[in-house]
Amino acid sequence: MKVLVGVKRVIDYAVKVRVKPDKTGVVTENVQHSMNPFDEIALEEAVKMKEKKIAKEVVAISLGGPKSQEVLRNALAKGADKAIHIEALFLHHSIPDADIPKVEPLHVAKAFQKVVEKEKFDVVFLGKQAIDDDASQTAPLLAGLLDWPQALFASKVEKADEGHLKVTREIDGGLDTIKVKLPAVLSADLRLNEPRYATLPNIMKAKKKPLQKMTAKDLGVDLTPQTKTLEVSDPPVRKAGGFVEDVPTLIAKLKEKGLIKH
Amino acid sequence: MALLGSDVSVLVTGANASKVAEQVAKVSGVKKVLVAQDEKLKHNLPERVAPVVLASQKQFNFSSIVAGASAFGRSVIPRVAAKLDCSPISEVTEIHSADTFTRTQYAGNAVVKVQSSAPVKVITFRGTSFPPAQEGGSGAVENAPSSDIKTDASEFISQELSKSERPDLTTAKIVVSGGRGLKSGENFKLIYDLADKLGAGVGASRAAVDAGFVHNDMQVGQTGKIVAPELYIAVGISGAIQHLAGMKDSKVIVAINKDPDAPIFQVSSVNLRNTVVFLREWLWSSFHQMMFY
Repeated sequence: MKVLVGVKRVIDYAVKVRVKPDKTGVVTENVQHSMNPFDEIALEEAVKMKEKKIAKEVVAISLGGPKSQEVLRNALAKGADKAIHIEALFLHHSIPDADIPKVEPLHVAKAFQKVVEKEKFDVVFLGKQAIDDDASQTAPLLAGLLDWPQALFASKVEKADEGHLKVTREIDGGLDTIKVKLPAVLSADLRLNEPRYATLPNIMKAKKKPLQKMTAKDLGVDLTPQTKTLEVSDPPVRKAGGFVEDVPTLIAKLKEKGLIKH
Repeated sequence: MALLGSDVSVLVTGANASKVAEQVAKVSGVKKVLVAQDEKLKHNLPERVAPVVLASQKQFNFSSIVAGASAFGRSVIPRVAAKLDCSPISEVTEIHSADTFTRTQYAGNAVVKVQSSAPVKVITFRGTSFPPAQEGGSGAVENAPSSDIKTDASEFISQELSKSERPDLTTAKIVVSGGRGLKSGENFKLIYDLADKLGAGVGASRAAVDAGFVHNDMQVGQTGKIVAPELYIAVGISGAIQHLAGMKDSKVIVAINKDPDAPIFQVSSVNLRNTVVFLREWLWSSFHQMMFY
């Protein structure tokens, strides 16, 4: 089984983002970036599948600016065999890293679709959402484009039989388990696994692993946006309240506001 | 919704869709209800629902196709959008016009106004940002156009739903949430007790879920549920960016935390500094007294 894992370079989850004063986006320059946490989980699961001999090859893929290659090297250090960097080109210009957040999941899905159709993959594994755009679309978009079954928000992935995977998904009221026929698109939820750290020897080895470069244009994917960002602003600031000293005062306050009755 | 258009149709799919369709027809603003009742649509697997949506779209040519941003909506909507070559828009919180919407990014830390040029607007809505529609409609019920539902791609095996008598987390007027500060699953019982006294839904931070105190469908935050109750009581929750993303639109936030520097205190209206363990004997008994004497 060949597994393709999508990884995205995003602002690190611990960073408090700042909206630019001109309201065109958030500040990305000189801000710590790392692999989208959900993609780390998808990658870890794919590497585990390889260790269990369910998967034969794990390929990491990222669409983005030149700096996406750092994330791909990291993926190689964590156990991917090979990496593919699709450089984002709009018309003939390379999209700078700072504008990558505006590339739409539909475009990413289309580029991945082309790669999947060229090289035969049995599973495409993505994170359930990127923590920058919070769209949570790429996996079901790609499944739709390929007409493959999808298993989203996976918290457990098992081999059912030859040609099927059994996936437990996190849904609103609890969990459900479905069986999907391969090839299929999967997306990883938080509780699927605990991603490993890349060790120094593996980081060194990763430098020698193949990293294939192509452009969205080579793949014939048009990145013309369908969604225009008109304005990015700060969320309304909440006024911090005061401390109350004891429970009766708290209850009195809540009653005063009509929030509790008794 | 009126900003999107006044001609609203609702598609109901499932093994037992007719009953729901009758209820939906009575919702104010609904003009037409399309029913696709089929054993194959039991559990509404996205691979089977999407063709029904697409067949309906082919026949009626809707300008927008929308759903709530639940696990179901998030599975089906992008799949449908791909087939229509449209960029979907997730978790819309405000509609400005038929093509202009507001949503949030970066765990709620950036509010983004977008204009969509997609031929069909394929959208999920954040439930907490819109009031529920009331009864008082009289929509016409008819069968959805037939579609080719393939069943070999995916198959439902089983589900394990959390049973709870408490109000649904996403629609509850009051939510009591616990975090790592509760220290154990047993202590979490205190959250349930308090919630029961207040008629509240129960939530949790990621830390509480990861520590195994509660089930993951109770997680509030960027990657869990988004809630906006009238009262949100956060007990032993520090207030990480990812948690705040799920609850900072609550009308009143009460934080109970022993750490005076916890970020949760930057958003809460009424704060109580105290240790959670101390609170155990104290807050609960006080609430008890206040409510029953």
